[in-house]
Amino acid sequence: MSHSAPGLNYLNHAKGFKSWALTLDHKRIGIMYMVAVSLAFLAGGILAILVRLELLGPGETIMGPDTYNQSFTLHAVLMVFAFIIPAVPAVMGNFVLPIQLGAKDVAFPRLNLASLYIYLIGAVIVMFALVNGRIDGGWTFYAPYSTSIGNGILFVTAGVFVMGFSSILTGLNFIVTVHKMRAPGLTWNRLPLFIWSIYATSIVQVLATPVIGITVLLLFLEKAFSIGIFDPALGGDPVLFQHFFWFYSHPAVYIMILPAFGVISDLMGTFSRHQVSGYKFVALSSVAIAFLGFLVWGHHMFVSGQSAVSSVVLSLITYLIGIPTGVKVINWVQTMYRGSVQLKSPMLYAIMFLFTFSIGGFTGIMLGVLAIDVHLHDTYFVVAHFHYVMMGGNVIAALGGLHYWWPKMFGKMYNETLAKIAAFLVFFGFNLTFFPQFIMGAQGMPRRYYDYLPQYEFYHELSTYGSWVLAAGLFLIMFYMIASLINGKKAGLNPWGALTLEWTHTTTPPDHHNFHDTPVVTRGAYDFHLAKHLFEYGGEVTELDLGGDGTAAAPEEAPVPNEPVA
Amino acid sequence: MANPHTNQPAHVKHYFVSSEQQFDAAKMGMWLFLVTEILLFSGMFVAYTIYRSWHPETWMALSTALDWKLGGLNTLVLLASSFTVAMGINQIQRGNQKGLLLNLVLTFVFAGIFLVVKYFEYSAKIEHGLLPGASFDPHGVSHGFDYATYNVPYGPQFFSIYFVMTGIHGFHVLVGMGLFAWITWKAKNGAFSADYYTPVENCGLYWHLVDIIWIFLFPLLYLI
Repeated sequence: MSHSAPGLNYLNHAKGFKSWALTLDHKRIGIMYMVAVSLAFLAGGILAILVRLELLGPGETIMGPDTYNQSFTLHAVLMVFAFIIPAVPAVMGNFVLPIQLGAKDVAFPRLNLASLYIYLIGAVIVMFALVNGRIDGGWTFYAPYSTSIGNGILFVTAGVFVMGFSSILTGLNFIVTVHKMRAPGLTWNRLPLFIWSIYATSIVQVLATPVIGITVLLLFLEKAFSIGIFDPALGGDPVLFQHFFWFYSHPAVYIMILPAFGVISDLMGTFSRHQVSGYKFVALSSVAIAFLGFLVWGHHMFVSGQSAVSSVVLSLITYLIGIPTGVKVINWVQTMYRGSVQLKSPMLYAIMFLFTFSIGGFTGIMLGVLAIDVHLHDTYFVVAHFHYVMMGGNVIAALGGLHYWWPKMFGKMYNETLAKIAAFLVFFGFNLTFFPQFIMGAQGMPRRYYDYLPQYEFYHELSTYGSWVLAAGLFLIMFYMIASLINGKKAGLNPWGALTLEWTHTTTPPDHHNFHDTPVVTRGAYDFHLAKHLFEYGGEVTELDLGGDGTAAAPEEAPVPNEPVA
Repeated sequence: MANPHTNQPAHVKHYFVSSEQQFDAAKMGMWLFLVTEILLFSGMFVAYTIYRSWHPETWMALSTALDWKLGGLNTLVLLASSFTVAMGINQIQRGNQKGLLLNLVLTFVFAGIFLVVKYFEYSAKIEHGLLPGASFDPHGVSHGFDYATYNVPYGPQFFSIYFVMTGIHGFHVLVGMGLFAWITWKAKNGAFSADYYTPVENCGLYWHLVDIIWIFLFPLLYLI
């Protein structure tokens, strides 16, 4: 095979619009996904800030009730389908997974590029619905309301259907890649935990997404041809829609959270400089969560009129999910306890995740309790729980992963001091935004309401102020990340001293083909006890300035690519 | 015809280490895709089961509105096409390119016959107002039979499910014809050999799934 000249990498080996638009390189596709997903996050985020601003005081603040309903619906649709679902798998999964496997690309690069374009087409169709207007009632599209509003619902369902294909293709590609493309010596027990969690996510993507496909297709036909499957006026059953919808959408929350677990596992291992405790349990708990996630959809429907027996069974299985999730959290804490923690900015997000995600997880189990759910159903408590899991879980982990892999992606270090300030703003702003929502939800504030009683004003004010702090943190991140591309310090091969293949066996940024020769793996992904032997640095850590905080960092030079370690 | 950089046959992509790895990956990907297809149809099978268990009398009455002879003919046509596509794979495994080409053309023709029969079935339903949901309006007399007797409660649901299920299945047949046109063209240009026939194998797998789904649709809709 061809060897690239020194200084050439995946970013600069070919130039021009066509070299990006038609690329089959998983790294470039990952970067393009990152741009697209970030734009969706920005659009959804601006809508969220406007929604919070409207709720600053009772009555009309900046928009009327119809605009408000449409804003929170579009916020939700954009964030769920266009941002969170593809965020970690399609961005970091695409960039990192093949390299961590020691492969030169994913198994089906053309499908990979197709999934990007399918995603973009779906996102454009959904955005078109915004112009078309009159989409309200939330992201769940419950029939018959959703088929009684304007024709915009046709575009939204079509867009979700199309984006579903993108998700399926990504998942299918990763499953085959993990099964068939691992480097010699990379056994299942040596896989980085990020791979395990992306693998579990992919299973859910492949098994659950077709069901939302047929559901939104039937909803589309219901609206277009009045087929009477879901509409009770035509003899259909609206609860059937809810079953179909949640049969996908509950597993889908694991599509959103499982990749986050993987990022956190990698961060915990690397920045604690220790083998991730209970490696096999952490790995298999992802698969257990993926499996159990298919058996709990009815806990969204405790007040929809399903049978009491179904509710009890689905409630019990919901509790079970707490076990594999607890296994992960306890093992991460154990990893930190055993290891030697370095508080770099990616690790700050990992620690933040332990708090925010645990709050989200525990309140989830509370909502799975039948009696409590009847009280809390459709209140701000649910909104707060959901955001603690999705934002406090997925987004926080995604930010951690972004800070972790950014130097590998672009070969530049961001400003570590600003990163720490931003991490604090995000943590503080996030909790200030969503914690008051637990309290007002428990007191009975219904979700999705445009107006509220004066007794909730204090909590709504806190929540809106929090959203400003959170936004400030996120914009700060955007600022210093873009600044780092312009004048960031050059990143070393392995600035964090990590042991997975993307850090030890590739250049920074990686070569177009990832590796000159396929690596041979002789150790686990977190065998930090072998570090002395592996790196031949005599166990000493060389000082490397990563932004002036002076903490001991990683070896300056990682093992030279081309040479299999040990 | 080897790739000078990797010493692999030309059909092996640079990111695979061997022809076997590439074949296994493609086949596994196809099986996963078939799983997603089954789950896509599963939603409709669930809807069928629920509405049938709620209104069994409607389902039994209206299944007689479907022509079991045409449905049976189509079942035979699809079974024959599954046989020809399997024979095609068998032929190319033995390196017989002409045998492959013949069987692919036959498969394409059978798929076309299926759709033509389906067209006649659909037009008869549309003519007599046996339509989904709000458009349901059975009328007219044919061979001394008054279609108005099909106007029973929940009749629209039956025809919604009939048209959606057979419609999506028919769409898959159409896609299959496109795939067979593509690989027939490739086979004609000698693209396949005993060493490389991955697209033929995968199109065959897809076609068997389309066949199996019909095997379930036919008795559920036409016979019971």
